[in-house]
Amino acid sequence: MGLGDMRQAIGAHAQAKESINPPRRKLIIERRRNLFDIGWSALWEYRELGYILVWRDITVRYKQTAIGVAWVLLQPLMMMLIFTVVFGKMAKMPSDGIWYPAFSMTGLLPWIYFSQAVSRAGESVVANANMVRKIYFPRLWLPLATVLSPLVDFALAMILLFGLLIYAGIPLTWKVVTLPAFILLAMLTALGLCLFTSALHAKYRDVGHTIPFVIQIWMYLTPIVYPVSLVPEQWRWLYGLNPMVGVIEGFRWALLGRAAPDPVVMVESIVVLFAVITAGLVYFRQMERQFADIV
Amino acid sequence: MSDIAVRIEGLSKQYRIGARRKDHRTLRDHLVSSLKSLWSRNGHIALPRKAGSGESERMAASDTFWALQDVSFEVKQGETVGIIGRNGAGKSTLLKLLSRITEPTRGRIELDGRVAALLEVGTGFHSELTGRENIYLNGTILGMKRADITRELDKIVAFAEVEQFLDTPVKRYSSGMTLRLAFAVAAHLNPEILIIDEVLAVGDASFQKKCLGKMESVANQGRTIFFVSHNLPAVTRLCGRAILLDEGKLCHDGASHTVVNAYLHSELGTMSSREWRDPLKAPRGEVVRLRAVRVRTKDEQVTDKFDIRKPVGLEMEYEVLKSGYKLMSSFELHNEESICIFDSIDFDPVWRGRVRPVGRYRSTAWIPGNYLAEGTFFLSAFIETLDPHVTQIRELQIVAFSVVDTCEGDSARGDFAGALKGVVRPLLDWSTVLHTESIQVERG
Repeated sequence: MGLGDMRQAIGAHAQAKESINPPRRKLIIERRRNLFDIGWSALWEYRELGYILVWRDITVRYKQTAIGVAWVLLQPLMMMLIFTVVFGKMAKMPSDGIWYPAFSMTGLLPWIYFSQAVSRAGESVVANANMVRKIYFPRLWLPLATVLSPLVDFALAMILLFGLLIYAGIPLTWKVVTLPAFILLAMLTALGLCLFTSALHAKYRDVGHTIPFVIQIWMYLTPIVYPVSLVPEQWRWLYGLNPMVGVIEGFRWALLGRAAPDPVVMVESIVVLFAVITAGLVYFRQMERQFADIV
Repeated sequence: MSDIAVRIEGLSKQYRIGARRKDHRTLRDHLVSSLKSLWSRNGHIALPRKAGSGESERMAASDTFWALQDVSFEVKQGETVGIIGRNGAGKSTLLKLLSRITEPTRGRIELDGRVAALLEVGTGFHSELTGRENIYLNGTILGMKRADITRELDKIVAFAEVEQFLDTPVKRYSSGMTLRLAFAVAAHLNPEILIIDEVLAVGDASFQKKCLGKMESVANQGRTIFFVSHNLPAVTRLCGRAILLDEGKLCHDGASHTVVNAYLHSELGTMSSREWRDPLKAPRGEVVRLRAVRVRTKDEQVTDKFDIRKPVGLEMEYEVLKSGYKLMSSFELHNEESICIFDSIDFDPVWRGRVRPVGRYRSTAWIPGNYLAEGTFFLSAFIETLDPHVTQIRELQIVAFSVVDTCEGDSARGDFAGALKGVVRPLLDWSTVLHTESIQVERG
């Protein structure tokens, strides 16, 4: 193609676009002084970028895999089987009288979502270093999008869980509609954590090594393979600081008819979470200034 | 609405040297240095307070540097501004600030209109995704709306010439195709203010031409453009105005040819010679390492100003690191308009068709006097090995010089003082004889 063709292409393009251009806006670039300026409007303005990042994440993950999306089901299924054999059969772990596979699966699914969100979002800034170095966009979309994308996997895996419940003859009740609230809680927990880890990871690569290890420990601090009733009464308040306890208790309450999560623990979790996210947003926005120079 | 598109006031950017040098700091380093500083601070407590604070101030000053210092200028709507300067002069920092990739330490920028910064083509491209998917991905990353991309899709695809491969993963594309696709997306952005880095102009000559052509057409539409480049001919050709940065400060601002000339003739750019004293930093291929490129006169004088009547010596020094290869070295000369004057290959019969032993070589080619036209010229050096053909050295436009006519009457312009056309100005062998004296003169 010659230069002339190209000019023509650009010229025609410009004419077509003139009419729909949004009104001019003055943009002022200076040092941000307000610590609590999170940039919500820019975040909203770039919502399509958020969408496309989520989409890219999901599409790329299952390209060139032989069984594709089946992995989403296979992973929790295998873990459930292992847990049932190791903890349910061999260790004779109590499950409050609930069939162990259903008991562990209700804990596993929100946990798998959470651990995927945490491990991917923690790497989000570094993984997209080329974008961070070359393009302006609200950096907050990186952890946000990576926290959102495993939701799709989660939704698919839920089909498996419902199948399991039907097989076990556990009836669904109206409480099912509260599930989104608990998954939102898991999402916010992952986000709150990843606002710190993703920003720290840009500066210190140690974080990349630490995250899988932290997730591993966290899993045992969360009632997935065992019921909350095993935790001594006097330590429950401390245990409740882990918001994932509330999430999984909520799931078991909504799906298995277990006792409702302790409202004190829930309120505690939410307050802690709110504080963590606020601090995380401020921290991320502070660190963000250096991203282009250090990643 | 004012006609100022960009207003920059007292713009400064400070970097911590430590943060810049160490790319991947570990937590351990940080802990160690914090402990060390804690230790030294404790040591200072014993000293008089005044001395202590002075010391730490000095430390702070040496740990940081200003990549950009108090730069102010305004750009009118529709202006095309070239930003030039040595490496490390602050060009990229200015670009990063303008494109909002980093935040200024002080000062402010006001931008009136939609901004697009092209510091790279194909940012965010993913090799597993198809061409179509990548168009959406890349377009969105560059700030286009989904609806805009859908509308422009056909044009982008036609422009990139990838119709048949639109639903093929980009990893199966040739590198040329990927580059074309990436550039096509960028070409269909429609900003009012466009910021372009010269790294954009990678790839082969035709691709560079496309990039520059695109800039010209955008400029003709009355858009405001910033163009950061080492390519001085391109700056003079495309930009009406140029800004010269040195050590983070603005030191020239004016018509581009004036600024480019100021740059070429100041000490900033001793542009007529490039030497790599540190062999580790010298450009090299597997077999050859380049050590110097320069232009000089017959009496070994390195200069960037040549008398039009005198020969110009083009010289390169290089080391052959492995023996047993046949070499082909060549020079290419371009003028200010990026027109190639010639491409000349070393044909010294001593080495023709012979393999070279290891050692340091110096090749000189002479452009005769009264050959080049007046103006500024840019020299590129190439060294290739033959059988198989491998490019070892490819240094584009690394040396510049100008040719001037002192108008003493013995050059090709004779006594004529006006403008002369042409890329060369040979002193041709003219002869004019009076053939016959008797002619019929018309009466009128």
